[in-house]
Amino acid sequence: MAHGPAKGIGRWLYATNHKDIGTMYLWFSFAMFILGGAFAMIIRAELFAPGMQLIKPEFFNQMTTMHGLIMVFGAIMPAFVGLANWLIPMQIGAPDMALPRMNNLSFWILPFGFSLLAATLFMEGGAPNFGWTFYAPLSTTYAPPTVNFFIFGVHIIGASSIMGSINIIATVLNLRAPGMTLMKMPLFVWTWLITAFLLVAVMPVLAGAVTMMLMDINFGTSFFDAAGGGDPVLFQHVFWFFGHPEVYIIILPAFGVISAIIPTFSRKPLFGYSSMVYATSAIAFLSFIVWAHHMYTVGMPLAGELYFMYATMLIAVPTGVKVFNWIATMFGGAISYETPMLFSIAFVILFTIGGFTGLMLAMAPADIQYHDSYFVVAHFHYVMVAGAVFSMSAAVYYWLPKWTGKMYSEAMGKTHFWLAFIGFNVTFFPQHFLGLAGMPRRYADYALQFTEWNMVSTVGAFIYGAAQILFLYNVIRTIVAGTPAPEEKTWEGAEGLEWTLPSPPPFHSFSTPPEVK
Amino acid sequence: MSARPIRKTAIKLLFTVVLMFLFAVFVMPPLYDVFCEIAGIGGKTEGQYEESEDQIVDSERVVRVQFVATNNGAMPWEFSPTEYQVKVNPGASTAVEFYARNPTRRDMVAQAIPNVAPANAAPYFHKTECFCFNQQELKAGEEANMGLVFIVDPELPANVNTITLSYTLFDITNREGEDNQSEPLASLN
Repeated sequence: MAHGPAKGIGRWLYATNHKDIGTMYLWFSFAMFILGGAFAMIIRAELFAPGMQLIKPEFFNQMTTMHGLIMVFGAIMPAFVGLANWLIPMQIGAPDMALPRMNNLSFWILPFGFSLLAATLFMEGGAPNFGWTFYAPLSTTYAPPTVNFFIFGVHIIGASSIMGSINIIATVLNLRAPGMTLMKMPLFVWTWLITAFLLVAVMPVLAGAVTMMLMDINFGTSFFDAAGGGDPVLFQHVFWFFGHPEVYIIILPAFGVISAIIPTFSRKPLFGYSSMVYATSAIAFLSFIVWAHHMYTVGMPLAGELYFMYATMLIAVPTGVKVFNWIATMFGGAISYETPMLFSIAFVILFTIGGFTGLMLAMAPADIQYHDSYFVVAHFHYVMVAGAVFSMSAAVYYWLPKWTGKMYSEAMGKTHFWLAFIGFNVTFFPQHFLGLAGMPRRYADYALQFTEWNMVSTVGAFIYGAAQILFLYNVIRTIVAGTPAPEEKTWEGAEGLEWTLPSPPPFHSFSTPPEVK
Repeated sequence: MSARPIRKTAIKLLFTVVLMFLFAVFVMPPLYDVFCEIAGIGGKTEGQYEESEDQIVDSERVVRVQFVATNNGAMPWEFSPTEYQVKVNPGASTAVEFYARNPTRRDMVAQAIPNVAPANAAPYFHKTECFCFNQQELKAGEEANMGLVFIVDPELPANVNTITLSYTLFDITNREGEDNQSEPLASLN
């Protein structure tokens, strides 16, 4: 039984070990993060000054589209799947994921999916240029011919996500150690279980949406073409039926990460564990019945606008419960401010700001003014970057000593945090002002009165980008030349089965199930 | 650990995945149509309308009805309304014609799909006779005038003064042989 990993490239190509696959997911998502980040830098560089400086407007549209697609599907989602692979078996006392071969397949089709997507940049007609939400008819009648590569890329990425989530559900439901009841599971496992159910429910809807696009483009159907009896608004409904749960798919695992880190560094158990579980479930349920709040301006009946407005505002209740619980956990705790905790506190503050701007956008009459402005861009970057990406950074710093057995440089970690925190806010806070002043999103140029805040925003973006290079360096330096981490617990307040294993954990952990009190 | 419960979970989930895909492609679009019909949005007209004996004509009010004819994709026919605009009294039955010619050297079958703008006028635009209720067959080089008889309902919202009726012509020559009865496009009239 006690055998180590295979030698050479075969270890990775034929990997069935959850730790190896988790590592590959994490590295892959970081590579995508850098690629998507590079696109963002091109966007921000062009927007530094009004007028066209560096690139053509057509290319700008391709950059906004590819930035969104790569960051959502390539960086954030695989990063959390990688985290799930590493942590879920260790946190529930399982020897591995339930379906290790499928795990291998779900990772290894990802590079092909993104190659299809990224290859369009070098093709005639250019990459997809219709925005990451690919509304019809922009993505059907008026799409570049490379749209078919995009569609097949999304199919592959979707298949990967579906397999990954089936694996996670099968693991959590079947491989928990004896005594690990559902209500004893760490919140990261809980949030991922719920996320995986969301993925199983909505990724097929995304596949359906792109399949209908494929039929419209190539086989003469008219799902989204009014001329043939279809309706482009139908596309928006189908897309956002996937798209709204998708934003919770991105943020729920982040909630799980934060719920692990804040108790550790507050040296107190998480406040309101069961209310966290119910709040997560409530958010997941609500995510299915609020999709049309993304489309208040399509001409819905008034009753529809009112329903989607109130239902959306309802989400603030369970989300508020979570934020309250995190603050209550910190309240009166013996808090220390290591890098993971800094990122987590920043997460709570910035995610709450993003939540409040979300409430503003939830109001149908106000949204008609804010719709498709930079206010929306600022809002979703507060929840996507300060939410998902900050929590991902926190998770890497928190568990890196466990994964590698080596300690990262705390000074460099804190520098990364402050650069990221300042860079992020300098980039995106002014975009609130730009949006409220009327600057529309997705344009390569802007009116002169928006110049100053755009300059500030661009400077912030490059600070934030530079911080990620420092992050990469810190992680590589830890792996190559880090000081050994304490044998078992790196963090004195850390609870959970993963901390009962040595650091780094053995290739096969929990071959015999641990005792759970 | 035994593999059976894992397999059972995985199969159930895969089944859900297939079900959700089918839901997205085959249930959501028709469901949306039904919803639009109930809510009166989307601009789709209803099927054949039976004119009642005591149809009231509102001679006080005049509504402009404009016609648009479009070819879908690579449809090669010449297709246009003979009159681009008529003025009608709500309740009065009006007949107009559309001209079509098949300039190709092969026999073709076409299907016209209507749409009304503004969308909230669609439920008040009644067609008593329309070429779009049937398929159009034109032999190579043949031409035809295709009739439409319609009534604008006197209940038409007061803020609508112009109604635009658009027809898009689809080439269904190849579909015809396969399945004549359950013609998918015909159901959209």
